[in-house]
Amino acid sequence: MPEAPPDALPALHVENVDVTYGRAVSALRSVSLTVPHGTVVALLGANGAGKTTLLRAVSGTLRLHRGAIAAGRIRYGETELDGKDPVAAVRAGVVQVPEGRRVFAGLSVDENLRSGGLGLGRRGRAQVQEARDRVFTLFPRLAERTHQAAGLLSGGEQQMLAIGRALMAAPRLLLLDEPSLGLAPQMVHRIAEVIREINAQGTAVLLVEQNAGMALSLADHAHVLEVGETRLSGPADELARTDAVRRLYLGESAEDRGAA
Amino acid sequence: MTGFLDNVLNGLALGAVYALVALGFVVMFKASGVLNFAHGSLLLFGGYLIAVLHDDLGFAGALALAVLATAALAGALDRFLLQRGGLDEQSAHIQTIVTIGIDILLFTDLARRIGGDLLPLGDPWGDAVTELGPVTVADSRLAAIVVSTVVIGTVFALFRFTSWGLSLRAAAEDLEAAALMGVRLGRVRAGGWALAGALAALAAVFLASFPAPGLERTTGQIALHAFPAAILGGLASPVGALAGSLLIGLTEALVVGYQSELHVLGEGFGDVAPYAVMLLVLLVRPTGLFGGKGAARV
Repeated sequence: MPEAPPDALPALHVENVDVTYGRAVSALRSVSLTVPHGTVVALLGANGAGKTTLLRAVSGTLRLHRGAIAAGRIRYGETELDGKDPVAAVRAGVVQVPEGRRVFAGLSVDENLRSGGLGLGRRGRAQVQEARDRVFTLFPRLAERTHQAAGLLSGGEQQMLAIGRALMAAPRLLLLDEPSLGLAPQMVHRIAEVIREINAQGTAVLLVEQNAGMALSLADHAHVLEVGETRLSGPADELARTDAVRRLYLGESAEDRGAA
Repeated sequence: MTGFLDNVLNGLALGAVYALVALGFVVMFKASGVLNFAHGSLLLFGGYLIAVLHDDLGFAGALALAVLATAALAGALDRFLLQRGGLDEQSAHIQTIVTIGIDILLFTDLARRIGGDLLPLGDPWGDAVTELGPVTVADSRLAAIVVSTVVIGTVFALFRFTSWGLSLRAAAEDLEAAALMGVRLGRVRAGGWALAGALAALAAVFLASFPAPGLERTTGQIALHAFPAAILGGLASPVGALAGSLLIGLTEALVVGYQSELHVLGEGFGDVAPYAVMLLVLLVRPTGLFGGKGAARV
């Protein structure tokens, strides 16, 4: 398997990617984006815009949904990711936290964390203890509940576990699909802090969010998808000031701005 | 009273053998979402190999080879035939139907080879019996209990402590999330099928040894009694398969043991009893004894 040299600073390159489901339904058309090493990039858009599809294309899980990359390339550093299985992405250091948390409810917290290291195979065993310490430092609450079934955790704790599980594979790029979904505002704030912390430790983040306010406050760069195509892209703070984003995703009306 | 203890011990032995079959059935289902209707024929395949090989290789050699060959066959059937249909739940339903076809092919060929014969497997227990206080029990039955206990304990340890076991349980809970963790779904799943094949070959030994007269072409059908055991246990629950098997084994042994008192039910109620028990359990607990949410995969 081709791998980037460990000291390189790899970036994720998505170039002109088309994705279709069931060979008929076009979900993405010529979408490009780059996630440079160590940055946070936000991907915004309404339901059905193709945000999750893009993450699936990167992580290699399109096939489980009968989808395929019809055109374009996806690379992480030197590693080609398009058309590969999820194992290739995990081994390259790209790990996705799925939408809706999807922790293994019947497994204990500890087993969920162990499962996060499964993709590394034998050579990853040494990293596992180190990764576990990192996860418990980030989420002390998980350390208190290692033997509890994951399904009994609260929504916020499950989101922490889902992120912690992904961190067990020591990713260099974390794909986060709607981490704020269904969480109380206080917990959304906490998750935002965690993302900032993970990024500060050197992990790049591609953040898919409907909560545009949160995403834009965290991101260096942002892209807005609309019905499968890139509508806007640019530095996050600039994008946050554009009319379209303010109106469509930040919930402000023209009058609000007039008054301000 | 002695009769009762005899029956209980026989029932436990029978249950232990059913457990090998039912556990395999459950492991396959948990790993793939596929109900393997070819399981009885896989068992017959393993038994047949022991029958034809034990003269040359000795019983232990023949058993080892048959266990490996049946594991390889089951694993290969899944990896190279069933998995081509896809790994998702909808495909699993189609693959379940495919196993019926596999069963017909495999059984027809084995039945042609075995014909009307009764094949001895050359097991070391023969028709020896052991006196345990007031009860007399066949050595083959004691061996069944001991071997099943050790093997099933090992399987549970594999589930709990190995990467493969964790991968399998994670994939059974959430296929996509497991894939995102880098679990090699295809390999893990085929591993489950191979393990189940090995268990089936082992079960064939005890289904064909004393007091059974030997391996016959219907031996695979006797294993059908393990299916209600798996279903009443909860289908996706290994512990349930174990409990279900003991319940079915005991029921069958007691019904057969007290046949004369139960003659109102007619001859051969022992064959029907497993299904009657299954229906009774499912009436009270539709998801089976241990089938919580896990059985939602059906």
